[in-house]
Amino acid sequence: MIGLTHYLAVSAALFVLGVFGIFLNRRNIIIILMSLELILLAVNINLVAFSAFLHQVHGQIFAMFVLTVAAGEAAIGLAILVIYFRGRGTVAVDQADLMKG
Amino acid sequence: MITILVFLPLLTALVAGLGGRVIGHTAAKALTTGGLFVSAALAWVIFTGFWLNDTAGYTVPVLDWIESGGLNVKWALKVDTLTAVMLVVVTSVSALVHLYSWGYMEEDPSQSRFFAYLSLFTFAMLMLVTADNLVQMFFGWEGVGLASYLLIGFWYHKPSANAAAIKAFVVNRVGDFGFSLGIFGTFLVFGTVSIDAILAAVPQHSGQTFSFLGSQVDVMTCLCLLLFVGAMGKSAQLGLHTWLPDAMEGPTPVSALIHAATMVTAGVFMVCRLSPMFEASPTAQAVVCVIGACTALFAATVGMVQNDIKRVIAYSTCSQLGYMFFAAGSGAYGAAMFHLFTHAFFKALLFLGAGSVIHAMHHEQDMRFYGGLRKHIPITFWMMTIGTLALTGFFFTAGYYSKDAILEAAFASGTSHGMFAFFVGALVAALTSFYSWRLVFLTFFGKPRWAGSEHIQHAAHGDHGHGHDDHHAHAHDHAHDDGTAGYHPHESPLSMLIPLFVLGTGALLAGWVWHESFVGAEEGAGFWRGSLAFREHLMHAMHEVPAWVVYTPSVAFFLGLGLAWHVFLNKPSIPIWWQKEVPGLYQFLLRKWYFDELYDAIFVKPAQWLGRQFWTRGDQQTIDRFGPNGAADMVVVGAGLARRFQTGYVYSYALVMLVGLAAAAAWMMR
Repeated sequence: MIGLTHYLAVSAALFVLGVFGIFLNRRNIIIILMSLELILLAVNINLVAFSAFLHQVHGQIFAMFVLTVAAGEAAIGLAILVIYFRGRGTVAVDQADLMKG
Repeated sequence: MITILVFLPLLTALVAGLGGRVIGHTAAKALTTGGLFVSAALAWVIFTGFWLNDTAGYTVPVLDWIESGGLNVKWALKVDTLTAVMLVVVTSVSALVHLYSWGYMEEDPSQSRFFAYLSLFTFAMLMLVTADNLVQMFFGWEGVGLASYLLIGFWYHKPSANAAAIKAFVVNRVGDFGFSLGIFGTFLVFGTVSIDAILAAVPQHSGQTFSFLGSQVDVMTCLCLLLFVGAMGKSAQLGLHTWLPDAMEGPTPVSALIHAATMVTAGVFMVCRLSPMFEASPTAQAVVCVIGACTALFAATVGMVQNDIKRVIAYSTCSQLGYMFFAAGSGAYGAAMFHLFTHAFFKALLFLGAGSVIHAMHHEQDMRFYGGLRKHIPITFWMMTIGTLALTGFFFTAGYYSKDAILEAAFASGTSHGMFAFFVGALVAALTSFYSWRLVFLTFFGKPRWAGSEHIQHAAHGDHGHGHDDHHAHAHDHAHDDGTAGYHPHESPLSMLIPLFVLGTGALLAGWVWHESFVGAEEGAGFWRGSLAFREHLMHAMHEVPAWVVYTPSVAFFLGLGLAWHVFLNKPSIPIWWQKEVPGLYQFLLRKWYFDELYDAIFVKPAQWLGRQFWTRGDQQTIDRFGPNGAADMVVVGAGLARRFQTGYVYSYALVMLVGLAAAAAWMMR
């Protein structure tokens, strides 16, 4: 029987994957965007799992919101990335260090 | 009247000094000079009141100055016979020097500043001599020091003038330190700084002692010695004299006014003003007497070999101040003031005459480049001769009366230090005669020797770059071999000669007119009327000294004159022989007994070393290192660490954010 714990475990695994995807990744900013999507997905799984477990619909509504926000965020992030690529000719994370002190 | 007299110079000094650019040189000069002549006229009126009529001494209050607990200081002008004498000296010489400066400083680009300084000095000096209390006297004392500093360094583009000005200021600080300690001590003992109150209370405190480092010290002696240290600084007595010869870097009218006639006599005036205090301490009197005698001897010996005409007169001043002090130390305050009075005339005359010579010789001051000038500048020659006669004590001139009075008083005082001072004074009288006539002979007699002078060569070749654009200097193309290099000195303008005439008259007659008033046994007491401690019995004793004592100064005069004539006119080879054969003695005197070198080794070098230590070790290596520089270095180190935090990589920021978020969440869920 698949219970709440399993969902939460998957969610946590996805979250950790996302987090490590952000800061262990040295190559590509697109991967950061993808990792962000993973984190948001983990959150969504959490919301939906709790919603089903508690028999309340709020979580699923929030999941819809999160999906919307994630879509918007991906769109904006990719747009910035395209502009960035035009300017710098690369999307390597290592070279995005203009704020280095 | 006295208020106008004192404050008029201040007013004109302010107008000329601050508004000199607006009203122009001529107006500034006319204003300051006019003001001084008004003051001088008022001073003579006041003096005549004390001299011929029996005007009582009075005090004119001006303002309250300080009121703090028991300390109550007022601005007030105290006028009595002693003050009146000083008023006459200060304002007369100052007025004449102002007039003289019209000619002497004619080419100077900042004349109004010069005249403003002169008037400012006069004001400070008047403040000093009219002081009603010691604090006000100290104000005037510092004021003349300031004016002296400004005037010595008047030609501020000359490094030597700046050095001399600083030296004068610093050496005077030593004396002023003693003086201020004396004032503090006086206030501690007497509870007041008012001169009248102090002098009235002297008998109560006479003989008191206080314990210092386990020994009993006499209060009066201590106070008098401290005050005398101040007098030594201002009056260039042995030990603190080193600034006076260097002060000759200033323009010659300044030397005449400040460093001969007025400021340097402030010490003598102060000792006379506080004479009842000194009378209460025989020890202090002995010290004053011995220091004065030693200074007289020292300065006279050094004056014998100096080559700079102004330096000879400066050492002569120093020596004559020594005379005044040993007169005061012998108890003959009247004689000290008398010599101060006559000395002001003839020494100002000598300085202004020397200025006239220097003016004629294009700022050449070395007597080795003079010679034979009496034919070229006869008026100056005669005036200088009168001054020299008065200084050396020729019969019936001013110096004859005052110097005789001092020597007789020293002899008649009957103390051992008085006898010491008498014999030293008699020797110094001969030395004075010698160096004074040496000056006259080298300058005005013999053959012209100025062909080798750089100043004259500049002038003779039409290079008027540094001052006196001269219409009388004839530049000849062909070479002369008479030692003149084609240059013929010219007599000074009338504005410089008139003061010489006036002072010359004073130098001839001042002694004859006033000697009864100043040092006469009966008239003296009536003249001074308690403004200084007048010992009538000493004045009586002066007239009963043995005949040989009376003739000593005259013998000394002729001895010095004859010797000077012999070695400088008759056999000019003798001085050269002396320089070659006894170089040790000659160098010793030429180097002023090595006082400057000694002070350099004892005070200046260690002070520099100490200052350097404080600078490098104390300031740079301690305070700067741990203070400002240390703090700055800490910021650099901290910023370096903080900078490494800012990698610029997105994932680092994300990590930090996450850690922070996790920490915050953990804190919330605690």
